[in-house]
Amino acid sequence: MADFLKMVHEMGVGFFGPLLWSLVWVVIKVVLLLAPVLFIVTYITLAERKVIGAMQVRPGPNRVGFFGVLQPLADAVKLIFKETILPIKADKGLFILAPLLTLVPALLSWAVVPFSPELVLANINIGVLYLLAISSLGAYGIIMAGWSSNSRYAFLGAMRSVAQMVSYEVSMGFTLIPVILITGSLNLVDVVEHQKTWWNVIPLAPMFFIYFISVVAETNRTPFDLPEAEPELVAGFFTEYSAMSAGLFLMGEYANIVLVSFLGALVFLGGWLPPVSILGFIPGLVWLGLKAGFLMFVFLWIRATFPRYRYDQLMRLGWKVFLPLSLFWIFLTGLVLQLTQGVRGG
Amino acid sequence: MTVADIIFYLFATLAVLAALGVVGSRNPVHSVLFLVLTFFSTAGLFVLIGAEFLAAVLVMVYMGAVAILFLFVVMMLDVDFARLRRESVRYLPLGLTVGFVMFVELGFMVGHHHWDKAVSGLDTVNNTLAIGQALYTRYLYPFEVASLILLVALIGAVALTHRERKRVHRQDIARQLARTKEDAVELRKVASGEGA
Repeated sequence: MADFLKMVHEMGVGFFGPLLWSLVWVVIKVVLLLAPVLFIVTYITLAERKVIGAMQVRPGPNRVGFFGVLQPLADAVKLIFKETILPIKADKGLFILAPLLTLVPALLSWAVVPFSPELVLANINIGVLYLLAISSLGAYGIIMAGWSSNSRYAFLGAMRSVAQMVSYEVSMGFTLIPVILITGSLNLVDVVEHQKTWWNVIPLAPMFFIYFISVVAETNRTPFDLPEAEPELVAGFFTEYSAMSAGLFLMGEYANIVLVSFLGALVFLGGWLPPVSILGFIPGLVWLGLKAGFLMFVFLWIRATFPRYRYDQLMRLGWKVFLPLSLFWIFLTGLVLQLTQGVRGG
Repeated sequence: MTVADIIFYLFATLAVLAALGVVGSRNPVHSVLFLVLTFFSTAGLFVLIGAEFLAAVLVMVYMGAVAILFLFVVMMLDVDFARLRRESVRYLPLGLTVGFVMFVELGFMVGHHHWDKAVSGLDTVNNTLAIGQALYTRYLYPFEVASLILLVALIGAVALTHRERKRVHRQDIARQLARTKEDAVELRKVASGEGA
Protein backbone atom coordinates (compact mmCIF):
# COMPACT_ATOMS: atom_id res chain seq x y z
CA MET A 1 0.00 0.00 0.00
CA ALA A 2 2.78 2.44 0.98
CA ASP A 3 4.75 1.52 -2.15
CA PHE A 4 1.71 2.06 -4.31
CA LEU A 5 1.05 5.48 -2.74
CA LYS A 6 4.68 6.45 -3.31
CA MET A 7 4.44 5.42 -6.96
CA VAL A 8 1.24 7.44 -7.41
CA HIS A 9 2.93 10.46 -5.81
CA GLU A 10 5.97 10.23 -8.06
CA MET A 11 3.84 9.88 -11.17
CA GLY A 12 1.66 12.80 -10.09
CA VAL A 13 4.60 15.10 -9.38
CA GLY A 14 6.12 14.18 -12.73
CA PHE A 15 2.89 14.88 -14.55
CA PHE A 16 1.54 17.99 -12.79
CA GLY A 17 4.57 19.51 -11.06
CA PRO A 18 4.81 19.66 -7.23
CA LEU A 19 2.49 22.61 -6.55
CA LEU A 20 -0.37 21.60 -8.80
CA TRP A 21 0.00 17.96 -7.76
CA SER A 22 -0.54 18.80 -4.09
CA LEU A 23 -3.86 20.37 -5.08
CA VAL A 24 -4.80 17.51 -7.41
CA TRP A 25 -3.94 15.00 -4.67
CA VAL A 26 -6.30 16.77 -2.28
CA VAL A 27 -9.05 16.64 -4.88
CA ILE A 28 -8.44 12.93 -5.44
CA LYS A 29 -8.65 12.24 -1.71
CA VAL A 30 -11.86 14.26 -1.38
CA VAL A 31 -13.45 12.40 -4.28
CA LEU A 32 -12.42 9.05 -2.82
CA LEU A 33 -14.06 10.06 0.46
CA LEU A 34 -17.24 11.60 -0.92
CA ALA A 35 -18.08 9.00 -3.57
CA PRO A 36 -18.98 6.29 -1.00
CA VAL A 37 -20.74 8.88 1.14
CA LEU A 38 -22.92 9.99 -1.77
CA PHE A 39 -23.52 6.34 -2.64
CA ILE A 40 -24.86 5.72 0.88
CA VAL A 41 -26.92 8.89 0.69
CA THR A 42 -28.44 7.71 -2.58
CA TYR A 43 -29.29 4.30 -1.27
CA ILE A 44 -30.59 5.33 2.14
CA THR A 45 -33.55 6.82 0.25
CA LEU A 46 -34.31 3.40 -1.17
CA ALA A 47 -33.67 1.75 2.20
CA GLU A 48 -36.11 4.18 3.78
CA ARG A 49 -38.89 3.33 1.36
CA LYS A 50 -38.21 -0.39 1.63
CA VAL A 51 -38.02 -0.41 5.44
CA ILE A 52 -41.14 1.67 5.89
CA GLY A 53 -42.83 -0.47 3.25
CA ALA A 54 -41.97 -3.63 5.16
CA MET A 55 -43.20 -2.11 8.42
CA GLN A 56 -46.49 -1.21 6.78
CA VAL A 57 -46.75 -4.64 5.15
CA ARG A 58 -46.36 -3.52 1.54
CA PRO A 59 -43.52 -4.20 -0.90
CA GLY A 60 -42.17 -0.68 -1.42
CA PRO A 61 -40.63 0.35 -4.75
CA ASN A 62 -39.93 -2.82 -6.77
CA ARG A 63 -40.42 -1.86 -10.42
CA VAL A 64 -37.17 -0.15 -11.45
CA GLY A 65 -34.46 -2.77 -11.59
CA PHE A 66 -34.31 -6.01 -9.63
CA PHE A 67 -35.83 -5.47 -6.14
CA GLY A 68 -36.05 -1.75 -7.00
CA VAL A 69 -32.29 -1.16 -6.82
CA LEU A 70 -32.33 1.37 -9.65
CA GLN A 71 -35.12 3.42 -8.06
CA PRO A 72 -32.79 6.15 -6.63
CA LEU A 73 -31.22 6.61 -10.06
CA ALA A 74 -34.63 6.92 -11.67
CA ASP A 75 -35.58 9.51 -9.03
CA ALA A 76 -32.38 11.45 -9.65
CA VAL A 77 -32.91 11.48 -13.42
CA LYS A 78 -36.48 12.65 -12.90
CA LEU A 79 -35.39 15.48 -10.58
CA ILE A 80 -32.60 16.61 -12.91
CA PHE A 81 -34.80 16.79 -15.99
CA LYS A 82 -37.70 18.56 -14.36
CA GLU A 83 -38.00 22.29 -14.78
CA THR A 84 -36.49 24.40 -12.02
CA ILE A 85 -38.97 27.14 -11.22
CA LEU A 86 -37.72 30.46 -9.92
CA PRO A 87 -40.48 32.45 -8.23
CA ILE A 88 -40.66 35.98 -9.69
CA LYS A 89 -40.49 37.73 -6.34
CA ALA A 90 -37.74 35.52 -4.99
CA ASP A 91 -34.31 36.84 -4.15
CA LYS A 92 -32.69 34.92 -7.01
CA GLY A 93 -29.10 34.71 -5.84
CA LEU A 94 -29.94 33.50 -2.34
CA PHE A 95 -32.70 31.25 -3.68
CA ILE A 96 -30.18 29.34 -5.79
CA LEU A 97 -27.44 29.42 -3.16
CA ALA A 98 -29.60 28.09 -0.31
CA PRO A 99 -29.84 24.40 -1.34
CA LEU A 100 -26.09 24.31 -1.93
CA LEU A 101 -25.49 25.73 1.53
CA THR A 102 -27.49 22.91 3.12
CA LEU A 103 -25.70 20.16 1.24
CA VAL A 104 -22.13 21.50 1.46
CA PRO A 105 -21.80 21.58 5.30
CA ALA A 106 -23.15 18.04 5.44
CA LEU A 107 -20.36 16.96 3.08
CA LEU A 108 -17.66 19.18 4.64
CA SER A 109 -18.07 17.43 7.98
CA TRP A 110 -16.87 14.14 6.50
CA ALA A 111 -13.31 15.52 6.32
CA VAL A 112 -12.70 14.66 9.99
CA VAL A 113 -14.69 11.43 10.24
CA PRO A 114 -12.23 8.56 10.77
CA PHE A 115 -13.03 5.12 9.33
CA SER A 116 -10.05 3.43 10.96
CA PRO A 117 -7.02 4.73 12.89
CA GLU A 118 -5.27 5.50 9.58
CA LEU A 119 -8.19 6.04 7.22
CA VAL A 120 -9.11 9.66 7.88
CA LEU A 121 -8.84 12.61 5.53
CA ALA A 122 -7.90 15.21 8.16
CA ASN A 123 -6.86 13.85 11.54
CA ILE A 124 -7.13 17.19 13.35
CA ASN A 125 -6.93 17.77 17.07
CA ILE A 126 -10.30 19.48 17.31
CA GLY A 127 -12.31 16.92 15.34
CA VAL A 128 -15.38 17.01 17.59
CA LEU A 129 -15.36 20.80 17.73
CA TYR A 130 -15.01 21.00 13.95
CA LEU A 131 -18.05 18.78 13.52
CA LEU A 132 -20.13 20.88 15.89
CA ALA A 133 -18.99 24.09 14.18
CA ILE A 134 -19.76 22.85 10.69
CA SER A 135 -23.10 21.35 11.68
CA SER A 136 -24.17 24.74 13.03
CA LEU A 137 -23.81 26.15 9.51
CA GLY A 138 -26.55 23.93 8.12
CA ALA A 139 -29.15 26.35 9.46
CA TYR A 140 -28.08 29.05 7.00
CA GLY A 141 -29.20 27.14 3.94
CA ILE A 142 -32.63 26.67 5.49
CA ILE A 143 -33.13 30.21 6.73
CA MET A 144 -31.94 31.61 3.38
CA ALA A 145 -34.30 29.30 1.51
CA GLY A 146 -37.23 30.40 3.64
CA TRP A 147 -36.50 34.08 3.37
CA SER A 148 -35.52 34.25 -0.28
CA SER A 149 -38.62 32.31 -1.40
CA ASN A 150 -40.73 35.32 -0.40
CA SER A 151 -43.56 33.07 0.65
CA ARG A 152 -45.31 32.83 3.99
CA TYR A 153 -45.26 29.07 4.23
CA ALA A 154 -41.58 28.89 3.39
CA PHE A 155 -40.74 31.65 5.84
CA LEU A 156 -42.69 30.11 8.71
CA GLY A 157 -41.17 26.74 7.92
CA ALA A 158 -37.67 28.20 7.95
CA MET A 159 -38.29 29.99 11.26
CA ARG A 160 -39.48 26.79 12.88
CA SER A 161 -36.72 24.76 11.40
CA VAL A 162 -33.91 27.07 12.42
CA ALA A 163 -35.26 27.58 15.93
CA GLN A 164 -35.44 23.82 16.26
CA MET A 165 -31.94 23.23 14.90
CA VAL A 166 -30.37 25.89 17.11
CA SER A 167 -32.14 24.49 20.18
CA TYR A 168 -31.18 20.90 19.64
CA GLU A 169 -27.63 21.73 18.62
CA VAL A 170 -27.13 22.91 22.17
CA SER A 171 -28.12 19.62 23.74
CA MET A 172 -26.27 17.66 21.06
CA GLY A 173 -23.09 19.59 21.83
CA PHE A 174 -23.57 19.10 25.55
CA THR A 175 -23.97 15.34 25.19
CA LEU A 176 -20.55 15.20 23.52
CA ILE A 177 -18.81 17.10 26.34
CA PRO A 178 -18.83 14.17 28.83
CA VAL A 179 -17.23 12.06 26.09
CA ILE A 180 -14.52 14.67 25.62
CA LEU A 181 -14.02 14.81 29.39
CA ILE A 182 -13.58 11.06 29.58
CA THR A 183 -11.22 10.94 26.60
CA GLY A 184 -9.29 14.09 27.42
CA SER A 185 -9.01 14.89 23.70
CA LEU A 186 -11.10 16.41 20.93
CA ASN A 187 -9.53 14.14 18.35
CA LEU A 188 -12.04 11.59 17.01
CA VAL A 189 -9.41 8.87 16.58
CA ASP A 190 -8.43 9.30 20.25
CA VAL A 191 -12.11 9.23 21.23
CA VAL A 192 -12.56 5.83 19.56
CA GLU A 193 -9.26 4.34 20.74
CA HIS A 194 -10.10 5.36 24.30
CA GLN A 195 -13.16 3.09 24.19
CA LYS A 196 -11.01 -0.09 24.14
CA THR A 197 -12.02 -1.13 27.67
CA TRP A 198 -15.67 -0.27 27.33
CA TRP A 199 -17.74 1.74 24.91
CA ASN A 200 -18.80 5.19 25.97
CA VAL A 201 -22.42 4.14 25.74
CA ILE A 202 -22.03 2.08 28.93
CA PRO A 203 -21.10 4.88 31.37
CA LEU A 204 -22.98 7.49 29.34
CA ALA A 205 -26.14 5.65 28.31
CA PRO A 206 -28.51 8.58 29.03
CA MET A 207 -26.25 10.88 27.02
CA PHE A 208 -26.41 8.49 24.10
CA PHE A 209 -30.21 8.57 24.13
CA ILE A 210 -30.27 12.34 24.38
CA TYR A 211 -27.72 12.54 21.57
CA PHE A 212 -29.79 10.34 19.35
CA ILE A 213 -33.08 12.13 19.98
CA SER A 214 -31.34 15.48 19.52
CA VAL A 215 -29.91 14.52 16.16
CA VAL A 216 -33.29 13.24 15.04
CA ALA A 217 -34.61 16.71 15.85
CA GLU A 218 -31.59 18.41 14.37
CA THR A 219 -31.99 16.64 11.05
CA ASN A 220 -35.68 17.62 11.04
CA ARG A 221 -36.87 14.03 10.93
CA THR A 222 -40.10 12.50 12.18
CA PRO A 223 -41.35 12.83 14.93
CA PHE A 224 -39.75 16.29 14.89
CA ASP A 225 -40.35 17.13 11.22
CA LEU A 226 -42.42 20.19 12.08
CA PRO A 227 -40.66 22.39 9.54
CA GLU A 228 -42.28 20.25 6.88
CA ALA A 229 -45.56 19.69 8.67
CA GLU A 230 -47.57 19.32 5.50
CA PRO A 231 -51.07 19.99 6.83
CA GLU A 232 -49.96 23.40 8.15
CA LEU A 233 -47.05 24.51 6.03
CA VAL A 234 -47.24 22.69 2.67
CA ALA A 235 -43.57 21.66 2.53
CA GLY A 236 -42.01 24.10 4.98
CA PHE A 237 -38.91 25.96 3.97
CA PHE A 238 -38.65 24.33 0.57
CA THR A 239 -42.23 24.89 -0.52
CA GLU A 240 -41.15 27.00 -3.50
CA TYR A 241 -38.35 24.71 -4.61
CA SER A 242 -38.71 22.36 -7.51
CA ALA A 243 -36.72 19.77 -9.41
CA MET A 244 -33.08 19.31 -8.43
CA SER A 245 -32.93 22.32 -6.10
CA ALA A 246 -35.51 20.55 -3.92
CA GLY A 247 -33.55 17.36 -4.49
CA LEU A 248 -30.45 19.03 -3.04
CA PHE A 249 -32.33 19.78 0.18
CA LEU A 250 -33.34 16.13 0.42
CA MET A 251 -29.76 15.05 -0.26
CA GLY A 252 -28.55 17.41 2.46
CA GLU A 253 -31.05 15.93 4.90
CA TYR A 254 -30.00 12.36 4.16
CA ALA A 255 -26.30 13.26 4.15
CA ASN A 256 -26.84 14.67 7.65
CA ILE A 257 -28.59 11.50 8.78
CA VAL A 258 -25.69 9.38 7.55
CA LEU A 259 -23.20 11.76 9.18
CA VAL A 260 -24.81 11.82 12.62
CA SER A 261 -25.22 8.04 12.51
CA PHE A 262 -21.50 7.63 11.88
CA LEU A 263 -20.71 10.20 14.55
CA GLY A 264 -22.92 8.39 17.06
CA ALA A 265 -21.26 5.08 16.21
CA LEU A 266 -17.80 6.61 16.60
CA VAL A 267 -18.39 8.58 19.75
CA PHE A 268 -20.66 6.26 21.73
CA LEU A 269 -20.56 2.80 20.17
CA GLY A 270 -16.81 2.27 19.90
CA GLY A 271 -16.41 3.05 16.20
CA TRP A 272 -14.33 0.38 14.47
CA LEU A 273 -13.68 -1.57 17.69
CA PRO A 274 -15.33 -5.01 17.82
CA PRO A 275 -17.80 -5.61 20.70
CA VAL A 276 -15.66 -8.48 22.07
CA SER A 277 -12.00 -8.93 21.25
CA ILE A 278 -12.55 -12.49 19.89
CA LEU A 279 -14.37 -10.94 16.94
CA GLY A 280 -11.31 -8.81 16.15
CA PHE A 281 -10.60 -10.74 12.93
CA ILE A 282 -13.50 -8.94 11.24
CA PRO A 283 -12.18 -5.67 9.80
CA GLY A 284 -12.95 -2.48 11.72
CA LEU A 285 -14.63 -0.89 8.73
CA VAL A 286 -17.30 -3.61 8.84
CA TRP A 287 -17.99 -2.94 12.52
CA LEU A 288 -18.24 0.78 11.95
CA GLY A 289 -20.57 0.18 9.00
CA LEU A 290 -22.77 -2.16 11.04
CA LYS A 291 -23.06 0.25 13.97
CA ALA A 292 -23.74 3.27 11.79
CA GLY A 293 -26.13 1.20 9.68
CA PHE A 294 -28.04 0.21 12.81
CA LEU A 295 -28.41 3.85 13.85
CA MET A 296 -29.62 4.76 10.35
CA PHE A 297 -32.14 1.94 10.57
CA VAL A 298 -33.41 3.37 13.87
CA PHE A 299 -33.95 6.70 12.09
CA LEU A 300 -36.22 4.97 9.58
CA TRP A 301 -37.85 2.85 12.27
CA ILE A 302 -38.75 5.96 14.28
CA ARG A 303 -40.23 7.54 11.17
CA ALA A 304 -42.51 4.57 10.61
CA THR A 305 -43.56 4.42 14.27
CA PHE A 306 -44.07 7.77 15.93
CA PRO A 307 -46.62 10.53 15.36
CA ARG A 308 -45.44 14.11 15.00
CA TYR A 309 -44.73 16.29 18.03
CA ARG A 310 -46.43 19.62 18.60
CA TYR A 311 -44.09 22.59 18.36
CA ASP A 312 -44.32 23.73 21.99
CA GLN A 313 -43.76 20.14 23.13
CA LEU A 314 -40.67 19.99 20.97
CA MET A 315 -39.24 23.17 22.44
CA ARG A 316 -40.09 22.06 25.95
CA LEU A 317 -38.30 18.76 25.44
CA GLY A 318 -35.20 20.48 24.11
CA TRP A 319 -34.83 23.28 26.61
CA LYS A 320 -36.50 22.02 29.76
CA VAL A 321 -35.62 18.33 29.70
CA PHE A 322 -32.53 17.66 27.60
CA LEU A 323 -30.59 20.80 28.46
CA PRO A 324 -30.72 20.44 32.27
CA LEU A 325 -30.18 16.70 32.04
CA SER A 326 -27.10 16.98 29.83
CA LEU A 327 -25.68 19.82 31.95
CA PHE A 328 -26.16 17.66 35.03
CA TRP A 329 -24.30 14.81 33.34
CA ILE A 330 -21.40 17.08 32.47
CA PHE A 331 -21.04 17.96 36.16
CA LEU A 332 -21.50 14.35 37.20
CA THR A 333 -18.86 13.11 34.74
CA GLY A 334 -16.44 15.80 35.87
CA LEU A 335 -17.04 14.91 39.51
CA VAL A 336 -16.56 11.19 38.96
CA LEU A 337 -13.38 11.78 36.96
CA GLN A 338 -12.05 14.12 39.64
CA LEU A 339 -12.75 11.60 42.40
CA THR A 340 -11.36 8.58 40.57
CA GLN A 341 -8.43 10.03 38.67
CA GLY A 342 -7.57 13.35 40.31
CA VAL A 343 -6.68 16.42 38.29
CA ARG A 344 -6.05 15.56 34.65
CA GLY A 345 -4.07 17.22 31.92
CA GLY A 346 -1.42 18.75 34.16
CA MET B 1 4.26 31.07 -3.28
CA THR B 2 2.96 28.01 -1.49
CA VAL B 3 -0.57 26.65 -1.35
CA ALA B 4 -0.98 28.20 2.10
CA ASP B 5 -0.13 31.62 0.65
CA ILE B 6 -2.73 31.26 -2.08
CA ILE B 7 -5.34 30.25 0.48
CA PHE B 8 -4.34 33.16 2.70
CA TYR B 9 -4.85 35.69 -0.09
CA LEU B 10 -8.12 34.02 -1.01
CA PHE B 11 -9.53 34.26 2.53
CA ALA B 12 -8.10 37.74 3.11
CA THR B 13 -9.64 39.10 -0.09
CA LEU B 14 -12.91 37.39 0.69
CA ALA B 15 -12.93 38.85 4.22
CA VAL B 16 -12.33 42.40 2.97
CA LEU B 17 -14.86 42.15 0.14
CA ALA B 18 -17.48 40.64 2.45
CA ALA B 19 -16.84 43.39 5.00
CA LEU B 20 -17.44 45.96 2.28
CA GLY B 21 -20.60 44.07 1.42
CA VAL B 22 -21.81 44.37 5.03
CA VAL B 23 -21.60 48.15 4.82
CA GLY B 24 -22.63 48.54 1.21
CA SER B 25 -25.63 46.21 0.84
CA ARG B 26 -28.99 47.84 0.36
CA ASN B 27 -30.84 44.98 1.94
CA PRO B 28 -30.13 44.42 5.66
CA VAL B 29 -30.55 40.67 5.26
CA HIS B 30 -27.77 40.65 2.68
CA SER B 31 -25.65 42.67 5.11
CA VAL B 32 -26.03 40.02 7.79
CA LEU B 33 -25.20 37.28 5.32
CA PHE B 34 -22.08 39.18 4.24
CA LEU B 35 -21.19 39.48 7.92
CA VAL B 36 -21.43 35.70 8.16
CA LEU B 37 -19.09 35.40 5.18
CA THR B 38 -16.64 37.75 6.92
CA PHE B 39 -16.71 35.55 10.01
CA PHE B 40 -16.13 32.51 7.87
CA SER B 41 -13.12 33.98 6.06
CA THR B 42 -11.66 35.14 9.36
CA ALA B 43 -12.06 31.61 10.71
CA GLY B 44 -10.15 30.41 7.65
CA LEU B 45 -7.34 32.84 8.46
CA PHE B 46 -7.24 31.54 12.06
CA VAL B 47 -6.85 28.00 10.74
CA LEU B 48 -3.96 29.11 8.53
CA ILE B 49 -1.97 30.45 11.51
CA GLY B 50 -2.65 27.23 13.41
CA ALA B 51 -5.24 28.61 15.83
CA GLU B 52 -7.83 25.98 15.02
CA PHE B 53 -9.58 26.22 18.38
CA LEU B 54 -10.29 29.93 17.88
CA ALA B 55 -11.49 29.21 14.37
CA ALA B 56 -13.93 26.55 15.55
CA VAL B 57 -15.23 28.76 18.35
CA LEU B 58 -15.63 31.68 15.96
CA VAL B 59 -17.68 29.55 13.60
CA MET B 60 -19.72 27.95 16.37
CA VAL B 61 -20.49 31.03 18.44
CA TYR B 62 -20.62 33.84 15.90
CA MET B 63 -21.88 32.02 12.83
CA GLY B 64 -23.87 29.31 14.56
CA ALA B 65 -25.58 31.44 17.17
CA VAL B 66 -25.06 35.21 17.10
CA ALA B 67 -25.48 35.78 13.36
CA ILE B 68 -28.47 33.43 13.23
CA LEU B 69 -30.20 35.55 15.88
CA PHE B 70 -29.31 38.73 13.95
CA LEU B 71 -30.82 37.15 10.88
CA PHE B 72 -33.97 36.20 12.79
CA VAL B 73 -34.49 39.78 13.92
CA VAL B 74 -33.59 41.43 10.64
CA MET B 75 -35.82 39.12 8.62
CA MET B 76 -38.77 39.84 10.87
CA LEU B 77 -38.45 43.58 10.36
CA ASP B 78 -40.67 45.25 7.84
CA VAL B 79 -38.01 47.43 6.25
CA ASP B 80 -38.67 50.29 3.88
CA PHE B 81 -35.44 50.30 1.87
CA ALA B 82 -35.80 53.81 0.46
CA ARG B 83 -36.34 55.30 3.92
CA LEU B 84 -33.50 53.26 5.31
CA ARG B 85 -31.11 54.74 2.78
CA ARG B 86 -32.27 58.31 3.48
CA GLU B 87 -31.79 57.76 7.20
CA SER B 88 -28.39 56.20 6.73
CA VAL B 89 -27.10 59.46 5.23
CA ARG B 90 -27.97 61.22 8.48
CA TYR B 91 -25.77 58.88 10.47
CA LEU B 92 -22.91 59.04 8.00
CA PRO B 93 -20.77 61.58 9.95
CA LEU B 94 -21.06 59.50 13.14
CA GLY B 95 -20.21 56.30 11.29
CA LEU B 96 -17.22 57.89 9.59
CA THR B 97 -15.94 59.20 12.94
CA VAL B 98 -16.17 55.77 14.57
CA GLY B 99 -14.53 54.21 11.53
CA PHE B 100 -11.72 56.76 11.61
CA VAL B 101 -11.05 56.22 15.33
CA MET B 102 -10.90 52.46 14.84
CA PHE B 103 -8.62 52.89 11.84
CA VAL B 104 -6.22 55.03 13.89
CA GLU B 105 -6.27 52.45 16.69
CA LEU B 106 -5.48 49.74 14.17
CA GLY B 107 -2.60 51.89 12.91
CA PHE B 108 -1.17 52.13 16.43
CA MET B 109 -1.44 48.36 16.84
CA VAL B 110 0.35 47.73 13.56
CA GLY B 111 3.03 50.25 14.53
CA HIS B 112 3.75 48.46 17.81
CA HIS B 113 3.69 44.96 16.46
CA HIS B 114 6.96 43.10 16.26
CA TRP B 115 6.82 41.71 12.77
CA ASP B 116 10.21 40.06 12.97
CA LYS B 117 9.19 37.79 15.83
CA ALA B 118 6.93 34.96 14.75
CA VAL B 119 4.44 33.69 17.30
CA SER B 120 6.30 30.85 18.94
CA GLY B 121 5.15 27.30 19.44
CA LEU B 122 1.80 27.61 17.66
CA ASP B 123 2.34 24.49 15.62
CA THR B 124 3.70 22.31 18.40
CA VAL B 125 1.35 23.00 21.29
CA ASN B 126 -2.17 21.62 21.33
CA ASN B 127 -3.76 25.05 21.43
CA THR B 128 -7.06 23.89 22.92
CA LEU B 129 -5.07 22.70 25.93
CA ALA B 130 -2.97 25.88 25.99
CA ILE B 131 -6.01 28.16 25.96
CA GLY B 132 -7.69 26.08 28.65
CA GLN B 133 -4.65 26.23 30.89
CA ALA B 134 -4.23 29.97 30.43
CA LEU B 135 -7.91 30.65 31.12
CA TYR B 136 -8.19 28.47 34.22
CA THR B 137 -4.91 29.40 35.88
CA ARG B 138 -3.52 32.81 35.05
CA TYR B 139 -6.76 34.45 33.98
CA LEU B 140 -9.10 32.55 36.28
CA TYR B 141 -10.62 35.63 37.99
CA PRO B 142 -11.23 37.70 34.84
CA PHE B 143 -12.66 34.58 33.22
CA GLU B 144 -15.03 33.87 36.10
CA VAL B 145 -16.09 37.52 36.29
CA ALA B 146 -16.83 37.51 32.57
CA SER B 147 -18.95 34.39 32.93
CA LEU B 148 -20.80 35.96 35.85
CA ILE B 149 -21.57 39.05 33.76
CA LEU B 150 -22.88 36.81 30.99
CA LEU B 151 -25.04 34.96 33.49
CA VAL B 152 -26.51 38.23 34.75
CA ALA B 153 -27.23 39.29 31.16
CA LEU B 154 -28.86 35.94 30.52
CA ILE B 155 -31.14 36.16 33.54
CA GLY B 156 -31.85 39.79 32.72
CA ALA B 157 -32.95 38.93 29.21
CA VAL B 158 -35.29 36.24 30.49
CA ALA B 159 -36.68 38.53 33.20
CA LEU B 160 -37.32 41.33 30.69
CA THR B 161 -39.11 39.23 28.12
CA HIS B 162 -40.97 36.79 30.32
CA ARG B 163 -44.47 37.75 31.16
CA GLU B 164 -47.41 35.74 32.36
CA ARG B 165 -50.19 36.05 29.85
CA LYS B 166 -53.76 35.39 30.80
CA ARG B 167 -56.04 33.44 28.48
CA VAL B 168 -53.20 31.45 26.98
CA HIS B 169 -53.58 27.74 27.37
CA ARG B 170 -50.34 26.17 28.39
CA GLN B 171 -49.61 22.53 28.70
CA ASP B 172 -48.70 21.64 32.26
CA ILE B 173 -47.04 18.26 31.91
CA ALA B 174 -46.88 17.60 35.65
CA ARG B 175 -50.59 18.25 36.04
CA GLN B 176 -51.39 16.02 33.09
CA LEU B 177 -49.30 13.21 34.46
CA ALA B 178 -50.85 13.61 37.91
CA ARG B 179 -54.31 12.92 36.53
CA THR B 180 -55.58 9.48 37.31
CA LYS B 181 -58.43 7.46 35.99
CA GLU B 182 -60.37 8.16 39.18
CA ASP B 183 -60.46 11.95 38.86
CA ALA B 184 -60.72 12.09 35.11
CA VAL B 185 -63.30 9.49 34.18
CA GLU B 186 -66.65 8.96 35.78
CA LEU B 187 -68.60 5.87 34.98
CA ARG B 188 -72.34 5.97 35.47
CA LYS B 189 -74.90 3.37 34.91
CA VAL B 190 -77.65 4.86 32.83
CA ALA B 191 -80.81 2.94 32.41
CA SER B 192 -81.81 2.34 28.82
CA GLY B 193 -84.07 5.10 27.44
CA GLU B 194 -83.48 7.47 30.39
CA GLY B 195 -80.16 9.02 29.47
CA ALA B 196 -80.31 12.60 28.27
